[in-house]
Amino acid sequence: MPTIVESAASLELTGIELAFGKNKVLRGVDLAVPAGSTACVIGPSGSGKSTLLRATNRLLEPAAGDIKLGGESVLKSNPDELRRRIGMVFQHFNLFPHKSVLDNITLPLRKLKKLTKEGAAEAALEQLELVGLKEKASARPGNLSGGQQQRVAIARALAMKPEVMLFDEATSALDPELVKGVLGLMADLADAGMTMVVVTHEMGFARQVADQVAFMDHGVVVEAGPPDKLFTAAESPRLRQFLSQVL
Amino acid sequence: MDIWSTLNDTFLDWESMKAVLPEMLKVGLVNTLILAAASVVLGTVLGMIVAVMGLSRRRWLRWPAKVYTDIFRGLPAILTILLIGQGLSPITRHWWGPNPYPLGILALSLIAAAYIGEIFRSGIQSVEKGQLEAARALGFGYSMGMRLVVIPQGVRRVLPALVNQFIALIKESSLVYFLGLLASQRELFRIGQDAAATNGNLSPLLLAGIFYLIITVPLTHLVNWFDKRLREGRPADLEVEELVHADHR
Repeated sequence: MPTIVESAASLELTGIELAFGKNKVLRGVDLAVPAGSTACVIGPSGSGKSTLLRATNRLLEPAAGDIKLGGESVLKSNPDELRRRIGMVFQHFNLFPHKSVLDNITLPLRKLKKLTKEGAAEAALEQLELVGLKEKASARPGNLSGGQQQRVAIARALAMKPEVMLFDEATSALDPELVKGVLGLMADLADAGMTMVVVTHEMGFARQVADQVAFMDHGVVVEAGPPDKLFTAAESPRLRQFLSQVL
Repeated sequence: MDIWSTLNDTFLDWESMKAVLPEMLKVGLVNTLILAAASVVLGTVLGMIVAVMGLSRRRWLRWPAKVYTDIFRGLPAILTILLIGQGLSPITRHWWGPNPYPLGILALSLIAAAYIGEIFRSGIQSVEKGQLEAARALGFGYSMGMRLVVIPQGVRRVLPALVNQFIALIKESSLVYFLGLLASQRELFRIGQDAAATNGNLSPLLLAGIFYLIITVPLTHLVNWFDKRLREGRPADLEVEELVHADHR
């Protein structure tokens, strides 16, 4: 993948708390992701991983804590503007089915970045070429495989030139034979210097690509560190138990 | 007199059909189309407003929409038409005289909006939550995300139900005759009914029925075709194809 990352920024989460009613889902999460590095977040279902991603781009508003993007606190800024700086990829792709692949990518470029129709199409095709799907520009998302849809979703997020990318179990809904292609693309993106937070159940990916791995349980980061250390010399009994179940 | 001859005289009196045909075309059809088209447009706009209000997170917007829908869906159409058409005419007389059309259109639109609002609401609610979430994650605000991503998908899902409502509206437009129409204001049904009374047979009404079918049946097929096209997507966009293949030439 050619160098596509223009302005990767650092991301720092401190003491993030979030509750749904009385149910405290995040209980003071700390996570620091230096610019251009990849953090993989692992943990059992219901541990708060996906909620943490949604708190990071303020799709869910944290009740306490601070979020710093490129060293600046963004909790008081306009959340819509913040989200234009943070790309997000979902488990179920969430492409807009009523629009063509190209229009899925050009829509935010035209409406939010105010690019001309031609400028947006050019930028979108450039991203589609990077993910190997330029030929599918005029297709509807429903006519693509799951893996292709996820690559389009990644292209859509990248077209906004984000400073950080969030991946929420991006391969969990894919057929096994399609997982590799999407993980390969994410690894390329990490190599290209994107700042990434990846919630994943793919332990192989976390081990090979992540600069740090954070293990979450019951709304807190129980243990974090370089993948080699975490996977081979876990300190907390809870992480050791989790790894013994998934590896 | 045998049965066939009776039925023939009652329904297939070609002479009385021929006599009423020009008026039905020039006056009745035009007036029915005006009534129906105006009510469809106004009813759809009001219906979308009712739907969006009904989906609002704010209770003070949600409740009026619910009360509105309950009232206008719960009353017989003829009652609403008479209450609005006759009840408001002393007030509106200053603006457009005794013409019953504006109030008739208003009454039909208010009734339609209650049904159309519910159709839109169910369509919009059927769109997966991930769609709005994806739009918001890209940086769209709530209203823009709803307008560009969620509502278009919701509306497409309910197109057949929406057209059923339009067809009901076309048929219900005949009820404005209760408001009293001048000769030039009569719509298809009234012209058919007047001619049937004069000729002593129902053939002009049968002709009016045929005109209603000429409007409604193609509408159903048109929406089915449109629905299919939306599901399958448009034929490949030539402009996009040109851009895609530009490098390969």
